[in-house]
Amino acid sequence: MTMATQYAFYLGCMIPNRYPGIELATRNIAPILGIELRDMEGASCCPAPGVFKSFNKPTWLALAARNLTIAESMGCDILTLCSGCYGTLKEANEILKTDSEQRDKVNNVLNEVKREYRGIIQVRHIAEVLYRDFGPEKLAGMVKKPLHLNVAVHYGCHLLRPTKYREIKSPERPRFLDEMVESLGAKSIPYRDKMLCCGAGGGVRAAALDVSLDMAREKLQNVKNANADLIVTPCGFCVFQFDRGQIEIKDKTGIFFNVPVLHYVQFLGLALGLPPEKLGVYNNAIPTDAVIKKI
Amino acid sequence: MAEPQKKVVRLDELDMGFSEAVAKAGGEKINLCIQCGTCTASCPSGRRTAFRTRQLIRRAVLGFREPVLSDKDLWLCTTCYTCLERCPRGVDPTDVILAIRTMAVQSGHMLDRHKNTASLVMKSGHAVPIDDTNRKTRTSLGLTEVPPTTHMFGNALAEVQEIVKKTGFDKLVGYEWK
Repeated sequence: MTMATQYAFYLGCMIPNRYPGIELATRNIAPILGIELRDMEGASCCPAPGVFKSFNKPTWLALAARNLTIAESMGCDILTLCSGCYGTLKEANEILKTDSEQRDKVNNVLNEVKREYRGIIQVRHIAEVLYRDFGPEKLAGMVKKPLHLNVAVHYGCHLLRPTKYREIKSPERPRFLDEMVESLGAKSIPYRDKMLCCGAGGGVRAAALDVSLDMAREKLQNVKNANADLIVTPCGFCVFQFDRGQIEIKDKTGIFFNVPVLHYVQFLGLALGLPPEKLGVYNNAIPTDAVIKKI
Repeated sequence: MAEPQKKVVRLDELDMGFSEAVAKAGGEKINLCIQCGTCTASCPSGRRTAFRTRQLIRRAVLGFREPVLSDKDLWLCTTCYTCLERCPRGVDPTDVILAIRTMAVQSGHMLDRHKNTASLVMKSGHAVPIDDTNRKTRTSLGLTEVPPTTHMFGNALAEVQEIVKKTGFDKLVGYEWK
């Protein structure tokens, strides 16, 4: 038997504090995938890339570096479930590995809390791990319950861009997530403006909720028009925007889309044959029952 | 019919060093912009608002320091990075926007809602902290009531707070320690 691959499990904010079902699903699918998740005790907000980098870059970098040092002391690569967390931690890690001036400045700050950034680990996103280390064919071989559903795939901007700090260099028309959805027996349906942003990032959700929700509304309308059974995304913040956002859109405009939203790990868990209760799919604002009944 | 607006811009109203300052703050390639408008055409926010990335960059290059820093539309970019990938001159417009935002914050133009988000991190370590509903949800799912983050470890939160004091972020945001 081969040893399980260990990861420093980075939770972020949105997933443990608003969508703990995604955390549960990840903890439950990990053993099936041969992944051992080790908690990053005392981790904080990544902090959010478009938000804290807009406020003060040295603070953004120092707080990100502190999170990175937690994984360094565990000797594990980081695993993230949110494109935003991935964006911050991946980018901060690359900057600190290559720019000695910035690293010295950050370590001067971290010295205050007896920490030192060393640059000895990688930052991974679950979608990237599943695609590159497993691949759609291997995933297909693990399927216990093919999911005959029409899926609107949403990548999440920070999983893909900026490509200068990303492993998968496909900013415009990526296919890897569609392949991973289809490997589970589902159909990834085309829909208008598929690569449109969910609208939540960059502090826009906090600064201008109407603008943020209008972007989500446009996307949800396109998904609805394409007769998707659900949206699947590998980003915790995008899940929040599309799921809770539908309630806010309904309150503001009267339009109710009623499109269920799942994180990719939950979707994968269903295909691996885990019961829905072990995947935390029943805590969403938009009920997922219709999807669960269909499979 | 509306009269065409006549506006005289006096050179002494402009800050000729502004684009260099933006470059130093992280928007290194702002001066490469040729005003093609690929950024604006790609912008999901500009589709539904008056936010125009090309215009923002033009005004910054010309030295309209205060109007640029105080413009609330500056905060309508979701950082989707589409413009950054498409810019034919490699201006990295998203990086320019982020740089200008940090300068806006430095000049006292931080939005109250963003001060609130920043304060949550200083108070709890999380931009989205746990609430009572989700404590219950976590427990019902068989997870720990709070995640093993700064929420569970007080010394970890203290570290976060030491770091923001050291970088001066607390003062920048005007956060009051209790």
